[in-house]
Amino acid sequence: MAETAKTKKIKPPVEEALLTSGHRGCAGCGEALGAKLVMEAAGPNTIATAATGCLEVFSTAFPETAWRVPWIHSLFENSAAVAAGIEACMRNKGMEDINVIAQGGDGGTADIGIGCLSGVLERNQNVLYVCYDNEAYMNTGVQRSGLTPYDARTSTSPPGTESWGNQHQKKNLLAICAAHMIPYAATATVGFPQDLMMKVKKALKIKGAKFLHVHVPCPLGWIYDTKLTIEVARTAVNTGLYPLVEMQFNKVTRVRKIGKTRQPVEDYLKLQGRFKHLFSEAGKEELEKIRQIAQDNIDYYGLE
Amino acid sequence: MRMMIEGSMGVAHMVMLCRPNVVAAYPITPQTHIVENLSAFKADGKLDAEFINVESEFGAASVVLGAVAAGGRAFSATTAQGLLLMGEVLHNIAGMRLPVVINVSNRSISAPISIWNDHSDAITLRDSGWIQLFAEDNQEIADMHPQAWKIGENPEIMLPVMVNMDGFILTHAVETIEIPDQKEIDEFLPPYKPEYFLDVKAPKTFGNLAEPQWYAETRYKLWETLEDSKAVIEKVADEYKAKFGRYLGGLIDTYRMDDAERVFVAMGSMIGTIKDVIDDLRQEGEKVGLLKIRSLRPFPKEKIREVCGDVKELIVLEKAISFGLGGVLQEELRSTFYKHKNQPIISGFVLGLGGRDIPPTTLVKIYEASKGKEILNEFVDLRPEVAPKGSLVTL
Amino acid sequence: MSKPIQIYTEPGSSKEYKTGTWRTEKPVFKHDTCNDCRICVIVCPDACIFGQNNVYDADLDFCKGCGICAQECPVDDIEMVLEVK
Repeated sequence: MAETAKTKKIKPPVEEALLTSGHRGCAGCGEALGAKLVMEAAGPNTIATAATGCLEVFSTAFPETAWRVPWIHSLFENSAAVAAGIEACMRNKGMEDINVIAQGGDGGTADIGIGCLSGVLERNQNVLYVCYDNEAYMNTGVQRSGLTPYDARTSTSPPGTESWGNQHQKKNLLAICAAHMIPYAATATVGFPQDLMMKVKKALKIKGAKFLHVHVPCPLGWIYDTKLTIEVARTAVNTGLYPLVEMQFNKVTRVRKIGKTRQPVEDYLKLQGRFKHLFSEAGKEELEKIRQIAQDNIDYYGLE
Repeated sequence: MRMMIEGSMGVAHMVMLCRPNVVAAYPITPQTHIVENLSAFKADGKLDAEFINVESEFGAASVVLGAVAAGGRAFSATTAQGLLLMGEVLHNIAGMRLPVVINVSNRSISAPISIWNDHSDAITLRDSGWIQLFAEDNQEIADMHPQAWKIGENPEIMLPVMVNMDGFILTHAVETIEIPDQKEIDEFLPPYKPEYFLDVKAPKTFGNLAEPQWYAETRYKLWETLEDSKAVIEKVADEYKAKFGRYLGGLIDTYRMDDAERVFVAMGSMIGTIKDVIDDLRQEGEKVGLLKIRSLRPFPKEKIREVCGDVKELIVLEKAISFGLGGVLQEELRSTFYKHKNQPIISGFVLGLGGRDIPPTTLVKIYEASKGKEILNEFVDLRPEVAPKGSLVTL
Repeated sequence: MSKPIQIYTEPGSSKEYKTGTWRTEKPVFKHDTCNDCRICVIVCPDACIFGQNNVYDADLDFCKGCGICAQECPVDDIEMVLEVK
């Protein structure tokens, strides 16, 4: 610990973070930040599950763990179902006041995990599911997932002479979850950390199934300087490419308007190496498509 | 209380008496009546557990994993396709040392799709680290459930237990069985009190990443515990006998083995038919007996060698096949007697696949045809147009 | 008979591993214009910034030098400096 004349006066933190230091996440990891904030908002009266992926690999390599809440990792696709079992057990024992938070990455939630997620939401079990979306299967080497955005470079959707990158649209996971008529479904981002924490706290006060989709930039997979994680996340919101929305029982109840802070999609795309291939003469048409995606979001959610 | 009920209903009653915290239910023939009965008990306020209708068997296994990790007792039931879908989770449960109990209503595996009984489903999971017990009749499968929890939750064991009953043959058969009362089961099976579980007062991390320098030891310990569980399975069966007066084997059971020269070896509901055939053969002066395998995993090599003594011939009958090698039970028995002082002739027969009936006449044919011969892995009662040349017993 | 091994770990044991050895730059907290907004504390992915009353610092045992704190500080009170050993 560094010591200066002034820091000698600092008292050590009263409460250590519930996802503490010493984990092996990359420098600047958006997911580590997202998980830290979620746990901070939830507090120690929490049991958490996680899906296979970056988060569990970098935080729980035996014999270490960075988690200071009771935590379990089972498999890739069953974080939601394991949380369902924990919640049912707690309910049966009369301990419903304990928060049960299921966590998973975009792959573990929207692709391989969607069955188990749908089950928990449909049964309206008292579980908060948090999806940390870094838009690819990062832990295994940046492969494309159902939440990878249009035209992004990934190791299984690289741009080339025949391709502009990922040729599919980002799955609207929020809409899928909200359609289960759950009491709360929302998007959040590490770009607005206090908003993220507020949404976690709000969700945990509601009884029933809750879903929180958190945008977590990845400096390695998205190819940007580690210090820009928050900047990238914030810009995504301001372009309309990642709308901040709250939904209750499948109705949009609140959005973050970007009229005053709106930025062109180029501002977001040029920050990241995974979109570099679009900045050429031939890429202009692709940029136009992405502008349209942003505009569609803005129109649909009324973000102007 | 004596009840004249379906095997599935007996299981449902016993599961209810064992006071689970969570029951996860996904329907699949022929297990459906178990979960339907449990849901009716729940709807009438008789079952205290949370009853969760899950989205798939994968979900069912994951839900019971979470519930037991959180310190509760949990149950699910499945068969064939469902068991295979759970496969990943079952290995995970064993590796995490969580004493889940799952009832498998044995059924054959697709393709081709068949809803009828054989043992191929449970056999496919024999390497998963689960304890696997096979029941011979409806009373035994009912009695197996409290025993399963008692074995699995033993703090020196902490292993999941799969209790197997033949689909349709036992699940849908009506027999008169004895269901104990709540007080008796509570005395036999105390509440689950694990040392390590998901507890906000003592937070721990489960499911770590184990790098090469750590992984092997966990597998060794799992192996070691399965060996240790042999004694516990026997002990629990004896305790059950002492309390309830019923005993149908610990790791194994025997029938008229004392002076037997030729011995049938089998698992599951076939046992009942074999016992009848043995009685008939004995009337004719045949010195024949039965070795019932109750625990497939851990496989009771020592016990088998002990009870087989000087037996001259083993006639292994099984409802599964390991493609590319041969019948599973017969191969395991051959390895049991490897370099043993007594070297019985071991003949192996595969029958009953896909629910094909095993009438007493077939067993008598097998008994006669295999006299003095060593039959290596023969399929029984195949259609004559398919059966290989020289088959001893065909339709 | 010996006790089963269930792999589980004690909370916070990750602090045995000093990730501070990873970095090439380190944050220098100037303690000059700090206004106690605590944004640096909030945005650190490694939860290694702490302090109060306008005096904050990073736990250099764990700081990976990502630079997010310096980037986000609204009053430019943190500077990333190349660490020379």
